Amino acid sequence: MIDGAATDVCEESMCFPGARKTGSTLPARTSYLGCRRKRLSRSMDLPGFLMQPTVFLVWTSLVKTLFILFGAVLPLVSLSVFAERKVSAFIQDRIGPNRVGLPTSILGFKKDLRLAGLGQMIADPIKLLLKENFIPASVNKFYYYIAPKLTMIPPLLVLAVVPFGSTFLGVPMVIANINIGVLYVFAITSLSVYGIVLAGWASNSKYPFLGGIRSSSQMISYELALGLSVVPIFLVCGTLNFSDIVQWQIHHGWLILPFSFTEGFSLHRLAIWVTMLISFIVFLVSMFAETNRTPFDLPEAEQELVGGYHTEYSSMGFALFFLGEYAAMIAGSGVIVTLFLGGWSLPFIPDGTSHWFFGLTSVPQWLPGVVWALVNMTVFFAKVSALLFFFIWVRWTVPRFRYDQLMRLGWIWFFEIALVNIFLAALILVYLK
Amino acid sequence: MALVVQRPRLSLAEKLYLPALFGGLLLTLKHFFKTITGRTHVTMQYPEEKWDAHLPEWYRGAPTLVTDEWGRERCVACQLCEFICPPRAITIHPEEIPADDKWAKVEKRPKEFEIDMIRCIYCGLCQEVCPEQAIFLLKDYSFTGYTRADMKHDKAKLYELGGLKTGVVNKWNDKK
Repeated sequence: MIDGAATDVCEESMCFPGARKTGSTLPARTSYLGCRRKRLSRSMDLPGFLMQPTVFLVWTSLVKTLFILFGAVLPLVSLSVFAERKVSAFIQDRIGPNRVGLPTSILGFKKDLRLAGLGQMIADPIKLLLKENFIPASVNKFYYYIAPKLTMIPPLLVLAVVPFGSTFLGVPMVIANINIGVLYVFAITSLSVYGIVLAGWASNSKYPFLGGIRSSSQMISYELALGLSVVPIFLVCGTLNFSDIVQWQIHHGWLILPFSFTEGFSLHRLAIWVTMLISFIVFLVSMFAETNRTPFDLPEAEQELVGGYHTEYSSMGFALFFLGEYAAMIAGSGVIVTLFLGGWSLPFIPDGTSHWFFGLTSVPQWLPGVVWALVNMTVFFAKVSALLFFFIWVRWTVPRFRYDQLMRLGWIWFFEIALVNIFLAALILVYLK
Repeated sequence: MALVVQRPRLSLAEKLYLPALFGGLLLTLKHFFKTITGRTHVTMQYPEEKWDAHLPEWYRGAPTLVTDEWGRERCVACQLCEFICPPRAITIHPEEIPADDKWAKVEKRPKEFEIDMIRCIYCGLCQEVCPEQAIFLLKDYSFTGYTRADMKHDKAKLYELGGLKTGVVNKWNDKK
């Protein structure tokens, strides 16, 4: 359906400039308008208009985008900030934020509801919003303004190609089901480094400057390994499309596991699993560097560089960097889940096209599909949350690398390992059937 | 002469870095679950939990004045505590007990007795020096006020904090 709609868009946009080019601009335009008026008058009913393939694609994509932005990412960002504080506290034998909750006492109740400090999720953004947005006099205004946005937007763009569910009433739960999904992700995520480098440069201050330098040195060391480590997956699955990779994993077992849920163990699968494990470790570690998380948070090392690249930012400028870091974590977790952990699938749980509902036959036709679609979405976000916990857990365990150590790790170890891993996977695929 | 530092020779497992990493992850996870399940000690949640239950018998809190079994204020305004107080927190204005009073034989009592809790250092010398066992450092320690005047404990406040104290020597017994 998506492909059909896409070609529809192409044809329309192709034909209209073509009509213009023939010289008869005026008749073409009037005929177009006339045609449109006629179409509107013919189908004044809204449902019919909404079900036209192009229009359907547009509004469903819009709904999905809004859901991903305001229903998933923003709550998940503030929740992970809260989780970060809470988990770090638990790891360090503390309690963490536990005071802010619902102020029910102003409504006349006896006590405030504390909810284990969950109100902190709302209190933190409000605090940042209400702060003064102070801009130092000596900064380069244009780049200073643009840098936080450049950090924040790429992770959100990455989420456009990550399938976060199966199909909901026939609509695939991915905003853009494009065939070059993984390449798109690499293209976009490498942009997020520019935000940090520009922030460091434009701040005109020594600590942000050092943070920017570290970030650029970090970028050139891990990006190669990051890109090469996923090549074995393309060799195995034979596609760059995220949805197809998930489908492959449903049929042949998750790539992180040495067996398939339906086919069981085999020597071939076991050999492939070794290369997949290497890929997974290299990709995961590179993703830590990508999202500037400890042990690779050199650009913002607060013990050495005050605040790193965001030292000179306050209020929402700082909040955007903050949001960007956690959104990058969520996007990175989404990519890892999709590539290695089976995406939205769980073994023996049907997807949104299923009509099976515990053997019951009297339920409405649409119910099983909707229920299983919701289950699949929940599974995806549960997996992402588990990975977010892992990100946080590692942050409070591993000390920071020096940046020559990071470059050594990237260039001398991971680059070579990833490169050898590609040939290993290829050999296994050719000779070990 | 240059000092040559011998670097430790690392085994393969140590060079790989991964075993140490997993050991660390395991350790932090252990702490995580210990804190969640409450099998470790965490900071006391102050306004809800207080030290009161854990205070030792000899704890020196705020100095207070006490009354005896007959409701008589034990203080005879001898002013020894006022003289010994190192930060000079105590101010006493004595007065004579009128002749028709039941306790006229005691002769003297404090008209005003003020302890400035901003100055008090909780040293306990006033309690030690008191010949009448009238002033005691009890276990209250948390005092707040909006002004300096709020932090001055007057006579009424001191008796309210101290209350009745039994089991000490009674030399002004009404039978004597």
